[in-house]
Amino acid sequence: MFVFFRDLDRRWIFLAMFLAIAIPLLIGIRFPEEPSQMVRNVYQEIDQLEEGADILLAFDFDPASQGELQPMAAAFTRHCALKKHKLYFMTLWPTGVPMIEQNIRILTTEFPEYKYGTDYVNLGYKPGMEVVIQSIVSEGNLQELFTTDNAGTSLKSHPMTEKLGDILKMNLIVNVSAGTPGAKEWVQYAATPFNLNMVAGTTGVGAPALYPYIPKQLRGILGAIKAAAEYEQAMIEKFPDLKENKDAQEGLRRMGPQLVAHLLIIGLIVVGNIIFFVDRRRGTTS
Amino acid sequence: MNRSTIISMLLILLGGGFLIFRTSTGRMGQSYARVIQINAEDSLQKQLEDLDDKIAQQTDKQSKASQDIKASRDRLEQRINSVKGQSWETRTLVAPRHRGEENVDFNWPMTIGLWVSAFGMIAILSFLFQDNILYKISEAILIGVSAAYAMVLGFWDGIVGILFVKLTPGIVRETVIPATPLEAEPNWIYLVPLILSGMLLMRLSPTGNWIARWPLAFFIGLTAGFRLVGFLEADFVHQIQATIVPLVVLEADDTINFGATLKNILTVLTVFCVLIYFFFSIEHEGVVGGIAKLGIGFLMITFGAGFGYTVMGRIALIAERMSVLFDDWLWLIDPTAKRLGLF
Repeated sequence: MFVFFRDLDRRWIFLAMFLAIAIPLLIGIRFPEEPSQMVRNVYQEIDQLEEGADILLAFDFDPASQGELQPMAAAFTRHCALKKHKLYFMTLWPTGVPMIEQNIRILTTEFPEYKYGTDYVNLGYKPGMEVVIQSIVSEGNLQELFTTDNAGTSLKSHPMTEKLGDILKMNLIVNVSAGTPGAKEWVQYAATPFNLNMVAGTTGVGAPALYPYIPKQLRGILGAIKAAAEYEQAMIEKFPDLKENKDAQEGLRRMGPQLVAHLLIIGLIVVGNIIFFVDRRRGTTS
Repeated sequence: MNRSTIISMLLILLGGGFLIFRTSTGRMGQSYARVIQINAEDSLQKQLEDLDDKIAQQTDKQSKASQDIKASRDRLEQRINSVKGQSWETRTLVAPRHRGEENVDFNWPMTIGLWVSAFGMIAILSFLFQDNILYKISEAILIGVSAAYAMVLGFWDGIVGILFVKLTPGIVRETVIPATPLEAEPNWIYLVPLILSGMLLMRLSPTGNWIARWPLAFFIGLTAGFRLVGFLEADFVHQIQATIVPLVVLEADDTINFGATLKNILTVLTVFCVLIYFFFSIEHEGVVGGIAKLGIGFLMITFGAGFGYTVMGRIALIAERMSVLFDDWLWLIDPTAKRLGLF
């Protein structure tokens, strides 16, 4: 048995991981979620705003990280729409535009009363990384950089953007970030120097680097899929109708495979350590 | 034949057989789209009505805003005649449960796209078994498509959308971006980035590639200066401020808040120990060595938390890809009721 595990081909571990994820997905295992204090803090930031508040949704992620970030981006979009806030979408990632469009589809299908140009606008992508952030926090500079929206329509022709000069009037910045430029840059060039309210959703890899900014520079963060699932649960508690909306439970559904896969990894770490220590005692470590 | 080849062959045969069976029974991998007919004249007419509403709402008819709206309305009215009789179709992806509804058709391009993405995914994942030609092809396609997409977007949003709009607003308005503001005047300061960009391309020249060093030096200097300010304020000053906290937190009634007190002590202790670990001017021996060891411990806890988060992230990514394969392609699960009654 010991020799079997010590010399195990790594491809068996890949197969075990495949099964640990595939079986819960196929069976549809779900577990109850309890929103943590951090998730509740982020939730409150959107929930406490008065109806019609201006929210900048900066979606700085791409298809490579959509598995991790799309559930929280969708939850943010849905929550803002349920609270009837005005939404300004933008991205600093060239491949972020389809991510915005994916979330705008939530508005067009689930919230038909939401009108483009009046309730939400897609500012699209602008190259320049953090320099773009620096530019649009400067007074009256936004329309210098964004002359049109993503579809090529003048911002002056939309009621919600015709007089928009900068993003300082935003009640909240919601950033969903997969790397650079992302939440860190928004904190550095917008939230900190101009004392803007900001919350962020990030990948698991990026979350630890953002914790030091909480709570002064960043009101809170959603770290990876677990936080997205908790956020969805918090929304269901407040808006029970969402229980019937299966699209609004993407994060909750993903927690089944997460749990089983984590148990497998913990098991493998334990087995690996036992093998390591036994090998060391026998003096056979290579 | 070695064992790896036999297993590969077996997997391909089993997988292929399953796909042929499912496809022949029409129970997987189909995409449907809703076809919407757009009439250009109707669309412009609607925009015209919206502008009429806006003009009616304006209180000061002589204001610049009113004049701008009127000018937009006049331009739109002139365009209506030129688009008479023009129409086109748009297709929006819909869930397969909508098939059979009016204007919902089986869509070949989207179906092919779905199959290509599914095979691309399997080809990339096949690397876990062993390196192979399918993996290499898929990897090259992925990188090529991403780079091309970013380049096209960068050209239209950066070079055309910013640079040309600033330098030649009239030409851009007449040719590619009709929404360019009428009042926009050429801003010649943007010649500087244009020249610097041109100089950057000199790197490709066999003789004058030294010219590219000047814009590079400019960009590096600019970026360093720009980032320094951001880091100084957000990461240096504010992070030091966040560490200067009371070590005993008192409630309003002068009782000790033990939770907050412990948190603050831990914050200060962690920062101190980790800083000592990175302070190499003193030998890490005795008390200093002990504190430095504690610092390593705190760092290990941080890395452990980071590793845990990373594992969660990677599992989330593979779970989402599998979900796409099982749901959108193979139709084995239907968590969002996309195909009610179809299988």
